[in-house]
Amino acid sequence: MTAATTTGVTVPAPVDPADVSKLALAMSDTAALTKRNLLHYVRVPELLVFTFIQPIMFVLLFRYVFGGSIPTPGVHYVDYLMPGVFGQTVVFGAVSTGIGLAEDMHLGIIERFRSLPMSRMAVLAGRTAADLIRNTGVVLVMLAVGMAVGFRPHGGLVGVVAGSLLMLGFAFTLSWIFANVGLKAANGEAAQAVSFPILFPLTFASSAFVPVNSMPGWLQVFAAHQPVTVIINASRGLMLGSTDAGKLRHFGVLTTSTTSYVLQSLAWIVILLAIFVPLAVRRFNQES
Amino acid sequence: MSESPAIEVVGVTKRFGDVVALDGVDLTVKAGTVYGLLGPNGAGKTTTVRILTTIIKPDTGSARVLGLDVVQQADKVRANIGLAGQYAAVDERLTGRENLRLVGRLTHQPKPVIEQRSTELLELFRLDRAADRVVQTYSGGMRRRLDLAASLVHRPPVLFLDEPTTGLDPRSRNDLWDLIRKLVADGTTLLLTTQYLEEADQLAERIAVVDSGHVIAEGTSAELKSRLGATVLEIAFPDAASAHAALATVQTIAPSAQVEGTDIRATVDHGPRIAMEVLRSLDAAGIEVGGLALREPSLDDVFLSLTGHKAEEVQETEEDDDVESDGHAGRRKGRTRQPVTTSTGGPP
Repeated sequence: MTAATTTGVTVPAPVDPADVSKLALAMSDTAALTKRNLLHYVRVPELLVFTFIQPIMFVLLFRYVFGGSIPTPGVHYVDYLMPGVFGQTVVFGAVSTGIGLAEDMHLGIIERFRSLPMSRMAVLAGRTAADLIRNTGVVLVMLAVGMAVGFRPHGGLVGVVAGSLLMLGFAFTLSWIFANVGLKAANGEAAQAVSFPILFPLTFASSAFVPVNSMPGWLQVFAAHQPVTVIINASRGLMLGSTDAGKLRHFGVLTTSTTSYVLQSLAWIVILLAIFVPLAVRRFNQES
Repeated sequence: MSESPAIEVVGVTKRFGDVVALDGVDLTVKAGTVYGLLGPNGAGKTTTVRILTTIIKPDTGSARVLGLDVVQQADKVRANIGLAGQYAAVDERLTGRENLRLVGRLTHQPKPVIEQRSTELLELFRLDRAADRVVQTYSGGMRRRLDLAASLVHRPPVLFLDEPTTGLDPRSRNDLWDLIRKLVADGTTLLLTTQYLEEADQLAERIAVVDSGHVIAEGTSAELKSRLGATVLEIAFPDAASAHAALATVQTIAPSAQVEGTDIRATVDHGPRIAMEVLRSLDAAGIEVGGLALREPSLDDVFLSLTGHKAEEVQETEEDDDVESDGHAGRRKGRTRQPVTTSTGGPP
């Protein structure tokens, strides 16, 4: 318990951090904060349970309550539905990135982070990376639940994996968008309040639960081209396989080929990331 | 390295909108010393620390830590500083040990070093038994200790403590003071901010008194006190009226005498002799004296004479009730009257 030995400070000469690769340090910082954010989920299990329960409720709701009256020509409704629920889940889940950051920003610990020789981006990257890992878990659970209620994707393992990866890529993109909301918001509740009016039309005026061509013409203009529809349809095409995708296209439920949807999706992901990552980083560095 | 100052602030200003937080601050802190920034809330102490720890940038002026510019060489500065503050900057949902590990990783220490250092610090700060509990379950004093420990994981040569004991009960505060004394015993440079005059007096070798974004006085505790004369003479009367009645008599002997409530207070050079003379003339004039004390000037007196207002007038705007009651308790203790024979600082 003697102090002198344990607190010994070395020579007061500046330590030069430049000789270690900056990128390696940034990765290590991000990993440290990712772990910290994931530990939060473990420490507050209610949060985690809610993350999984909500999408399961949506699956059951649409599969058994609404599904019977939603015609999806050519395929079983449950097959049509599941990629849509994935989309809805990751869109809603992105809000938690904003909430988490908004809460972090008002904790003293952010002050400490700003005074440490760590990468400025790691706070944001650690948050979005943790949410990506959480989303991966959610997608896996959802796939299992889907199978249990009759989801039989004909795209095979490759299709399902590709469709899931595309969905996760979109989830990651959304996290960065909502990181911007979180950095601006006064607190977690405010971040949530701002997010839902954006999310609702994007989720429900999309191809997630009902075919777009069943909507009124004016709404179709928006619904058919907005990114959530594009991503869900790309994922749907990949998961259901070319035969089912062909049938859906024949009936006007899908308006273009899976390849085209995938390319459009990738374009959306790249463009949105290119806008919102630098924006969030700049915003984070300005906040003080 | 010993020649150049550990911290050097020249003409730093900072505004937040219309509010001028710093209005040209200059500071020089010698390496290996403890320096106190003393002032009421809103004086600019925290802003100064936030600039020196690279959290915010100054509008004008320059600040250097170990010769490194806090704006141009922020990364290098960060590798050499530790920061702990009044708002314990620890993660509530992590355990004490996880908090220290996190800081260890973010300061890029090798893993075995982090493990060893965390265990060491948890023991030193008497948190070893609570090490694997989440911080949410910690008391206020434990959080502060963990916060302080977290600022030391990477053994920074320069440490900033922003009001380290604000809001702590007297026992935890004394506890933390002891820890701080141990930390600086091995040559760490420490910049400490405080609104507790006693704290600066106890810990700091040199003190800068800050008010409204300015340094209004600088020197050792003794130097600041000597500006007032060697000794403070306080004479208590039964009521304010008799104090006022006695004032003229006292002023003929001690010209600086002033009535304060039911007391007369004066700063004098030769305490015991003046005290004796004052008592004789009051006795001769038939004025009854309730009590008499001679004491060294406190930094309270210094603050009052420098700013024209008492430090506690500002402190009473403090939101946190605990903080306020602690602060008062501390000051009251400092002001307790003592018998002439034991409190006199001057020659017999």
